[in-house]
Amino acid sequence: MSKHTEVKAQSQGFLHDQRKRRIAADVGTYILLGVLSVIWLLPIVWIFLESFNKNTAPYQSTFFPTEYSFDSYIGLFTDRRVLDFPRMFMNTFIISIFTCLISVWFVLSVAYCMSRMRFRGRRSFMNLVLILGMFPSIMSVVAIYFILKAMGLTSDGMTILALILVYSAGTGAGFYVMKGFMDTIPTSLDEAAMLDGCTRWQVFVKIIIPMSKPMIVYQAIVGFLIPWLDFVMAKVIARTQENYTASLGLWLMLEKEYINTWFGRFAAAAVIISVPIAILFIVMQRFYQESMSGAVKG
Amino acid sequence: MSTVTLSQRELRRRRKLGADYVAPSPYTLKNALEKGDVFTKLSILIFGLGNVVRKQYVKGLIYFAGEVLFIVYMITAGGTCFKNLITLGGNKPTSGWVNGQYVNIPGDNTVLRLLYGVAAVVFCVVFVLWWILEIRSAYKAQCLAGKNGRAPSLMDDIHTLFDAKANQLLLFLPIAGILIFTVLPLIFMISMAFTSYDHNHLTLFNWVGLENFKTVFSNSGSSAVSGSMFLSVLGWTLIWAFFATFLNFFFGLFLAMIINRKTTYGKNVWRAIFSMSIAVPQFVSLLVMHQMLQPTGAVNRLLQTWGWIDGPLPFFTDATWARVTVIIVNLWIGIPYTIMQVTGILQNIPADLYEAAKIDGANWWQIFTKITMPYIIFVLTPYLITTFTGNVNNFNVIYLLTRGDPAVNGASAGKTDLLITWLYKLTVDRNDYNLGAVIGIMTFIVLAAVSLITYRNSGSYKNEEGFR
Repeated sequence: MSKHTEVKAQSQGFLHDQRKRRIAADVGTYILLGVLSVIWLLPIVWIFLESFNKNTAPYQSTFFPTEYSFDSYIGLFTDRRVLDFPRMFMNTFIISIFTCLISVWFVLSVAYCMSRMRFRGRRSFMNLVLILGMFPSIMSVVAIYFILKAMGLTSDGMTILALILVYSAGTGAGFYVMKGFMDTIPTSLDEAAMLDGCTRWQVFVKIIIPMSKPMIVYQAIVGFLIPWLDFVMAKVIARTQENYTASLGLWLMLEKEYINTWFGRFAAAAVIISVPIAILFIVMQRFYQESMSGAVKG
Repeated sequence: MSTVTLSQRELRRRRKLGADYVAPSPYTLKNALEKGDVFTKLSILIFGLGNVVRKQYVKGLIYFAGEVLFIVYMITAGGTCFKNLITLGGNKPTSGWVNGQYVNIPGDNTVLRLLYGVAAVVFCVVFVLWWILEIRSAYKAQCLAGKNGRAPSLMDDIHTLFDAKANQLLLFLPIAGILIFTVLPLIFMISMAFTSYDHNHLTLFNWVGLENFKTVFSNSGSSAVSGSMFLSVLGWTLIWAFFATFLNFFFGLFLAMIINRKTTYGKNVWRAIFSMSIAVPQFVSLLVMHQMLQPTGAVNRLLQTWGWIDGPLPFFTDATWARVTVIIVNLWIGIPYTIMQVTGILQNIPADLYEAAKIDGANWWQIFTKITMPYIIFVLTPYLITTFTGNVNNFNVIYLLTRGDPAVNGASAGKTDLLITWLYKLTVDRNDYNLGAVIGIMTFIVLAAVSLITYRNSGSYKNEEGFR
């Protein structure tokens, strides 16, 4: 849009000049984009190739591996004595399914109330949520641990339940995007339904929820990803190895005492976790953009 | 009951909120206390009486059960909790002869005292709310029974919960979740800022007033936390947040515009390449970067094999290098988000604005500064503020990349530590919970001030319909 517009805006006379300048700008653009693309892809390609590296030492003499094998992947899933990655993976999977369900329900119900119903305290609630969001979340990590401890949820078998609670309890506060979406659904739909005798609840379940499908997919993926992406909360709450989540395991593999034997498997684990998350993310993007254009056009 | 004269405050509220205004319920506490009959007034003491008299048995019993529960709680535990909250401290573990046996008597844990105390305060607040709710409900039952001959039955009430008052049903669990896992921990943590709960007093500690604030802001003493350190961390936090936000924004804007040029082919391919770094989970890419940028890591190897450098570059070992490195790595992470945001907005700018500008003879620079930028800034100000707050609280990038290193001898914060990672180190690594809480409070104040000031001065606040 830059150079191109300039010339077009000035005059049509210098046809020759205009072409030259446009080509120069194009070449510059492609070179810049090319170089940046390499920079953007390099770390990703590196870790991908590194996961197939036969030599699993963390620091190597060459940038890219010289010999390839599947050893890291096999080791990651069969050697379960020191760091039990399959178990961590399962833990995270269970936690994220529950977090996903609860967070979708919470966000839907809060967003519906904020978007469709008018009651006292609605504004104050929305402002309060904004203010709460300004407190650093790390601050309450330790306090949450003590609360869970007082509730008796930090013992071995309960950690997964504790993590589900922690990840999903506050999700109701993330209703803003969903509310924005619901605001685009015409209220005439609600009114028509209520004239036909629907209760608010029925309007919510039978009209608003089906209409919010793209946004629900988005929210479900966001909720599903929380446990995979967090590691601070997990580090404080999951104190024993059996209850570690996948991200915590990855972090541990790069610690001094593990890195020399575990680097190759770290790379493998990183790839294994990233691929599904990347796919989910791309799906989420589509639904997000779809829903950003509004529920009903016009 | 139908017409209630609105107070001055209500009138102002109504004017301010416009269509959002909700008339106050006529069944207020004040009305109930003034106009309630004998049963309503008795409900002040005996919860649910007013409801039971009006044949709302279940409702009345629930209110009454709440009262009984609270009284039992206060007698058995609550009272002690309050006493302990005021004194804190507690007994040291001892050992002695009990019933002829020598046993160890475990000491108290002040953290639990503090937690239970805070919880007791919360219970009391909830109880007062319960009381207000109950009296209003009794009064409402009285009024409706007088008007319709009978108060709403249980089925009616349940029906209302699914209809006109669905908000109460739907919001109950989410708000309970927020209260227990967001608000309660915050109150608990804030109260820690006024105690002596540090690594020397892990089980028993006391209220110390503003002592911790003094420790953080004064330069005297040899403690690991001092005023000058606080200022330097705060300064770096603000510098970091500024650069992380605005460099990301401008480079992202630049790239988005370049990709958006009419003559750039493969727009989707370029965008896909740049969104790769969003799709890979942040902590994975950050850990990988951390690994690549080590003194013997892949990047230094590569540069050395090419012969560009003799020794390894001090990416994380030199203070300035480390600071620049985290900002640049953050560009790698952040620019794709800006591209995503801006692309949509660029396509949304009304085309007639550009046409008009071209007809008036504006060149591309004028178009950029007078149309594109104002439009984008107008739309993105709230987003920029959120990004700025997000960057002040950007724990992951700093902690996973540098862990705050390079460390400073004897100090608790390294050269790249933000307030938030410093807070984490103080609480999780060093167990200085009181100092961590002070830092947390200060972070909140900084954030609230910055967002309030920028938002109040921004175009999207002053002039909501500027581009409509």
